[in-house]
Amino acid sequence: MTRLDQVVPKIRSKNAGPFWLTIDLFCETPDRFERVRDGVASKDVAHALGVPEAELKRFDIADLCVVKFSVPRPQIQGTRADRDMHGASFAYLLAGLSV
Amino acid sequence: MVRVLIPSGALGLGYDRAALQRGLTMAPDIIAIDGGSTDSGPFYLGTGSSKYSRNSTKAEWRDLMQARAAAGVPLVIGTAGTCGADDAVDWLVDITRELASELGQSLKLAVLKSGQDPTKIAQLGPDRVTPLAPSGQMEPDIAASCTNIVALAGAEQVNAALATGADIVIAGRTTDTAIIAALPLARGCHPGGAWHGAKIGECGALATTNPNSGTILIEFDDVGFTITPMGDQARATPHTVSAHMLYENSDPFVLYEPGGHLDVAGAIYTAVDDKSTRVEGSIWVPSGRYTVKLEGARCVGFQTVSLVLVRDPRYVAHIHEWCDDIVAKCTAKAQARIKGHFQIELRVIGADATLGALDTGVQKGSELGVLGIVTAESDALSKDVAKMLNPYLLHHPLTEEEEMPTFAFPFSPPELSRGALYEFCLNHVMQLDHPMDAFRLTVEDLTP
Repeated sequence: MTRLDQVVPKIRSKNAGPFWLTIDLFCETPDRFERVRDGVASKDVAHALGVPEAELKRFDIADLCVVKFSVPRPQIQGTRADRDMHGASFAYLLAGLSV
Repeated sequence: MVRVLIPSGALGLGYDRAALQRGLTMAPDIIAIDGGSTDSGPFYLGTGSSKYSRNSTKAEWRDLMQARAAAGVPLVIGTAGTCGADDAVDWLVDITRELASELGQSLKLAVLKSGQDPTKIAQLGPDRVTPLAPSGQMEPDIAASCTNIVALAGAEQVNAALATGADIVIAGRTTDTAIIAALPLARGCHPGGAWHGAKIGECGALATTNPNSGTILIEFDDVGFTITPMGDQARATPHTVSAHMLYENSDPFVLYEPGGHLDVAGAIYTAVDDKSTRVEGSIWVPSGRYTVKLEGARCVGFQTVSLVLVRDPRYVAHIHEWCDDIVAKCTAKAQARIKGHFQIELRVIGADATLGALDTGVQKGSELGVLGIVTAESDALSKDVAKMLNPYLLHHPLTEEEEMPTFAFPFSPPELSRGALYEFCLNHVMQLDHPMDAFRLTVEDLTP
């Protein structure tokens, strides 16, 4: 098995407002982009983030060699149950997905 | 053509002063800077306060007020004081009055306020207030309980402030882009280009190869825009510019603003030279309804936290059992001794404190921190329950048949009061008949 972070040089997660989380996979080359686009299933991403697949938005952006996922935040930013105010750590949940 | 000079992504973040000085030599028509966002959490809106230090804010605002005087153009800030609530606007207005006096400046100040009366917002029906994904209809009780609600102003309100002839505009909550897009739109530049350039520029030099340099210049015209960083080493390339549409955006191609939305799916990014990038082909799609986004925050409890360090290898190995047992026993004891709602949570730092149950790749080190969080309906109750938690964190044994252990507290007392806990609680837009309906504009003359 190849881990996603062995293929993608940079995975960034961040809030997109208090109610959304967005994760960018910077693949940097067309080869790696195509491998990630074809090899990472949306359902696996949704499962790793703990959200229903129907709520996941996916953008495969060839021009930037980026695959982007956005989901409603598993916990709204800053609520009692939220552990990560800026959403920075969710990237690591995708790092171990297999490609 | 309209040239907008953007000193940095937010007042208080810092910037390269040489880059700002270079920007002033480029004949800007306006200096525009953002004062905040929701990104630091609900506390700032809940309390109407600023995240950044008053001294840092004043030092940077002093530079910008001097830059404005030197350039002879307006200076505008949006979302003043991190959250853009009325109290945070007043805070920056006070700083501005002090600086006008210290710098010997006479100037006209326009103040645009975005604060809303929570009781009135709560009375609006679903024809006026509609939810944004993933939220449902506004709950009037929750809206009414907000300590602050702000409406996000767009270009129309910022332009109303600029039209007063103000030297400085201090705006409450605005969209991040409105302060940059306003003047180009007022002067007839391409609307798609104006909003797209504003989105690219709202974080300063973040859309360049050298984010810390801060200052950028965007030239808007009737076809599109050109971005040029003012930092020595910074370059704005088609890649850095187009990739910025990913940043903090759930949809990288569409951006909703008061009065319509921006669509950049057809935008073309072209390198002008080594340093600058030209963008054309973005589209502004006007909407039939004029809506502004609402943000609200309310107090949902009070917190007291404790931190204990666990170094014993057997306790490290069984840390979650230890924590679960403490939460169960302490909760039962507190319920027997006090009246009122509270929750006790223990997060294991060094294991899964960041991601909780979602984390499938936990690796523990030689020691762990256990963060005890008590949330209660009053400050006094949260402190009292945290004191009941203390003996457990200090001495709780994994089994009954063992010598009493002791764990490491870094402080005395070990409990730290966090005060009120705030939550964001509006993710809705409000329809207005006229853009200024929800906003208040005042003008005053400052003299040294």
